Amino acid sequence: MREYTITQIQTIMISIEDLHKSYGKTQALNGIHLQVEPGELFAFLGPNGAGKTTTIRILTGLTRLTGGKVNIGGSDITTDPIAVKRLCGIVPQHINLDSELSVYENLDIHGRLFALSSDVRKQKIRELLEYIELADREKDLVKKLSGGLKRRVMIARALLHEPKVLFLDEPTVGLDAAIRRRIWALIKRVQRDGTTVFLTTHYIEEAEFLADRVAFIDLGAIKAIDTPGKLMEQLGVWALDQINGDDMETRYFTTRKEAAAYSASKDTGFTLRRVNLEDVFLSITGKKVL
Amino acid sequence: MHGFIAVYLRELLILKYRLKRQLAGMAVSPLLYLVTFGYAMGDVIQIGEQSYLHFLIPGLVAMSSMTQAFSIATDINVARFYWNIFEEFQAAPITNLSYVAGEVLAGMTRALMAIVVILLLSLPFGVVLHYGPWFWLGIVCNSFVFSSLAVALAMLVKSHADQSLLTNFIITPMAFLGGTFFPVEKLPVWAQMLLSLLPLTHASRAIRASALGESVLWWDYVLLLSIGALCFWFALSSVNKARD
Repeated sequence: MREYTITQIQTIMISIEDLHKSYGKTQALNGIHLQVEPGELFAFLGPNGAGKTTTIRILTGLTRLTGGKVNIGGSDITTDPIAVKRLCGIVPQHINLDSELSVYENLDIHGRLFALSSDVRKQKIRELLEYIELADREKDLVKKLSGGLKRRVMIARALLHEPKVLFLDEPTVGLDAAIRRRIWALIKRVQRDGTTVFLTTHYIEEAEFLADRVAFIDLGAIKAIDTPGKLMEQLGVWALDQINGDDMETRYFTTRKEAAAYSASKDTGFTLRRVNLEDVFLSITGKKVL
Repeated sequence: MHGFIAVYLRELLILKYRLKRQLAGMAVSPLLYLVTFGYAMGDVIQIGEQSYLHFLIPGLVAMSSMTQAFSIATDINVARFYWNIFEEFQAAPITNLSYVAGEVLAGMTRALMAIVVILLLSLPFGVVLHYGPWFWLGIVCNSFVFSSLAVALAMLVKSHADQSLLTNFIITPMAFLGGTFFPVEKLPVWAQMLLSLLPLTHASRAIRASALGESVLWWDYVLLLSIGALCFWFALSSVNKARD
């Protein structure tokens, strides 16, 4: 087991060591190790069922771990879950707002759960509703909001108690492209304001656009972890897709010139594009993220 | 304490938005029982020196305090399986005790509201009963038992359908056999002993005795409180099981 000095602990916001989770005979997580630094925007990328949501549920105390250690902000999730929960804000994949209550009431209940005083609650709710550009909708019942607006309310709710870490589980799933980009801008703003962000996604472009570092997860284990740029550099810069019958073959090149020269030497059709994280995931796991 | 208040306040807010529907729901079945069993048959049936209506109303109070307190399980399940609100509580820095206490008190509040509805409905029937401290204590004890049991079972069931089954197998038989509609003392001894295992039998006896101005058995209250404490502990220990 690795041990950290006091100085090291202060530079690590999330520390996961040999994390295991099983449901009966099914092994959902199979020895995950990772560390996230304060202020970092870290993305967990993987296909459905890879273990992304299970990891985030364990980190936020919603699910119990079977083995290993999780430390957030210096507190252990198993021995001091209440301290960990104080540090964390969570935006789950599904909408979990009280649809029968108003936007303000949803935020107010959350503030009470986190023991914010009445004055602080009122002030923070007003500030956050301005932040998510919903100040004029505070009295509206949640059931009257669109999916994108509900998602923004959930982000505001997760930020109400000023968490050190914001966990976002597939924050833009099911949203259209325009709303997705607004949510991305909001997430970037949250990070700029000093919050560590840990998000799971199976959208390649989301991880590429948002993340400082990305971890690929598949079958409950991390397959690779680095910055999006370095992960993609391993393959090259340019990708040539060639369709052979029912199959597609992709070749990678460091310069566009090399790629063009290769395609000119063949008499079949090619599609030239930039390498993306999907290529890296495919080369490591042999399967696509989606 | 803040967690308990937040959980309880959320249930009160939900109750506020649904108040008209809830009050109507609380009134329907007691009103039907009062009209059919009490008003239509009340003149032909006499139990001891009391009319059947005098006998029936305390029984309805006991039954409604049970069903309404237990119905908090349905709300918890809807919040857990359909709205995923349970996760919001689980992700908050509150203890299991705060969560359970908030939900149990919400169930008891609904039970007390239902009793006020029944008492108001019974006014036009001209029935005058004693609504002293023992009467209300009986309701509090009974609703504590069934609200705690509801929270415990709501944590253990895997689907909303399972919850309906529990209601059918636990609450419905108890509603009819727990001394609400007939005097348990008229049954054979073996049946009396069997029915004395049901908490509602003791609640009906305690509430009826106090409402009719008769002396109450302290044992009924002690037993209900003990069963309630056991169910509350059961609920507390069940919360963690709902996480996985």
